[in-house]
Amino acid sequence: MTLNVDAPAPARRPGPRRPSGHRSAGRGGSGFARFDLRATPYFLVSPYFLLFAIFGVFPLGYTLWVSLYDWELAGDKSFIGLDNYIALITDGSFWNAVVNTLGIFVISTIPQLILALVISNALNKRIRGRLFFRLGILLPLVTSVVAVAVVFTQLYGRDYGMINWFLGLFGVDAIEWQNQSWSAWLAISTMIDWRWTGYNAIILLAAMQTIPKDLYEAASLDGASPRRQFWQITVPMLRPTLVFVVFISTIGGLTLFTEPVMFEGNPTMAGGATGQYQTVAMFIVKEAFRDFDMGYASAAAWLLFALILIGTLINYSFTRRIGGKK
Amino acid sequence: MTAVQAQRRRKSPASAPNRIWDAGPLTKVVLAFALVLSAFPIYYMFIMATRTNDEAIDTPPPLLPGGHLGENIQRLLSTEDAYFATGLINSAIVATTVTVSVVLISTLAGFAFAKLKFRGSKILLGLILVTMMVPLQQMGVVPLYEMMVTLGWTGQIQAVILPFLVNGFGVFMMTQYTTQAVPDELVEAARVDGASTMRIYANVVLPAVRPGMAVLALLTFMQNWNEFMWPLIVLNPDNPVVQTSIAALNQAHGTDYVMLFTGTAASVLPLFIVFVAFGRQIVGGLMEGAVKA
Repeated sequence: MTLNVDAPAPARRPGPRRPSGHRSAGRGGSGFARFDLRATPYFLVSPYFLLFAIFGVFPLGYTLWVSLYDWELAGDKSFIGLDNYIALITDGSFWNAVVNTLGIFVISTIPQLILALVISNALNKRIRGRLFFRLGILLPLVTSVVAVAVVFTQLYGRDYGMINWFLGLFGVDAIEWQNQSWSAWLAISTMIDWRWTGYNAIILLAAMQTIPKDLYEAASLDGASPRRQFWQITVPMLRPTLVFVVFISTIGGLTLFTEPVMFEGNPTMAGGATGQYQTVAMFIVKEAFRDFDMGYASAAAWLLFALILIGTLINYSFTRRIGGKK
Repeated sequence: MTAVQAQRRRKSPASAPNRIWDAGPLTKVVLAFALVLSAFPIYYMFIMATRTNDEAIDTPPPLLPGGHLGENIQRLLSTEDAYFATGLINSAIVATTVTVSVVLISTLAGFAFAKLKFRGSKILLGLILVTMMVPLQQMGVVPLYEMMVTLGWTGQIQAVILPFLVNGFGVFMMTQYTTQAVPDELVEAARVDGASTMRIYANVVLPAVRPGMAVLALLTFMQNWNEFMWPLIVLNPDNPVVQTSIAALNQAHGTDYVMLFTGTAASVLPLFIVFVAFGRQIVGGLMEGAVKA
């Protein structure tokens, strides 16, 4: 203890401080400098808040207002209070869209997280050509969502698609992927997973590299197998990053739009003949710009936001528990 | 006992084969598999762009490039209802404008939040974080559309540019980056020398945060090049961005696989060039951002 007290730190401290204290006395007098110090920070942050007010806050408030009206595009509007919300809650096609969105979200996110964990753990090992692997894993992120959807829709084609051809080698009959919910959900989920797994793996890898290595050394001295170390050191230490990744996936998953629209081919927003893969975002666009029912679409938009809040809270409390109990 | 343990501990990191950190055969298989899965659809897309429609529906499907790329590109550019060339130019204008704006506004705000003291800064930054959770794209479509109708801008590309000029993620990222990259002492020293805040921004902060700016610029460009939902709503088919132009191709020529693939290949090519040139920085930037967030 006594040895630590005579540290050189206090001796160093006055060094850089002296000139600043010395000169600032002279600077205090200038009116511009004081104004600059006080006001400029607000000028610097104001462009963001100004533009966000116009293109963010205003639309949100306006959406809430419109949602209380029976409001048709360029047509009459009349105040109907919460009627749009009440109608939505009893609207089977809205719930169908909610179920589709949640279904696709769940069956895409769970495998995606597991795969990302496995890949990031592999990337965290000492291996030749690390950068090459990292770039390769990230490659799908650089393609556009539309391109991914086009390619995968062809791969899932009934007659000439490579996936049915491949399944055919094992004697599986050609599947019409668009025709049923489960197959359409699965096809759309693979598009999401293909594009985002690598990104999540890179984010998790970054977090893995901050875990102190002596934790692993101590554990292996105690005879813990690599698998045990993965579940009892790596995963619990990754919890904050997992929360972040799940948070991003929740927002992305619940606002899903491009993949199912392109999967449909014709952008009618119907999501298949019986709406088997219509998502909430598609429902909103369909109500607003196909059926011109702006009030109804706006109410659906607010319900989507409520859904995201609930989804985020559930995922947050769930992710917090990962690796926490053992 | 303790002596033995200490000795063992000193030895283990240095000794050549390390059971935990060296990639074993399983790791290599996992990575190779992931790499093939990542690359295959992209490879397939480029292959199809060089084939004819008859070859495209062969079984088994062709896995090597053919010789029809030039002809496919010509066909793509001359297709009336897709306006593909217009889409490419529009996307380039939109993505570039938005990127310049986002990077400029984010570095300004990031500097203020990271290095300047002002009343309410914590609350304002918190506000930005909260707004990152709101799906503005989906929630704002109706009012944004009415706004563009009022201004008479539907069908024009400024309707696609304006709503994306700022980005909460950009401000947040540049705040994190500036905190790390610019030492407080440097800002203080410049102040002592009589530099105004804007001078400090231009001469001290901007040079130091350039790598962060580059990553933000690349991510913003990619994101806006990929924008689909809002352009689909607000633009007309004869003045598209590249993504909606592909959707139009898909709708009108759904069975013309080859042209569809040529279009998608052309639409991702600019991003690939950027990725190949700056891949290292993108990976580095993503990882750095992830750890700090």
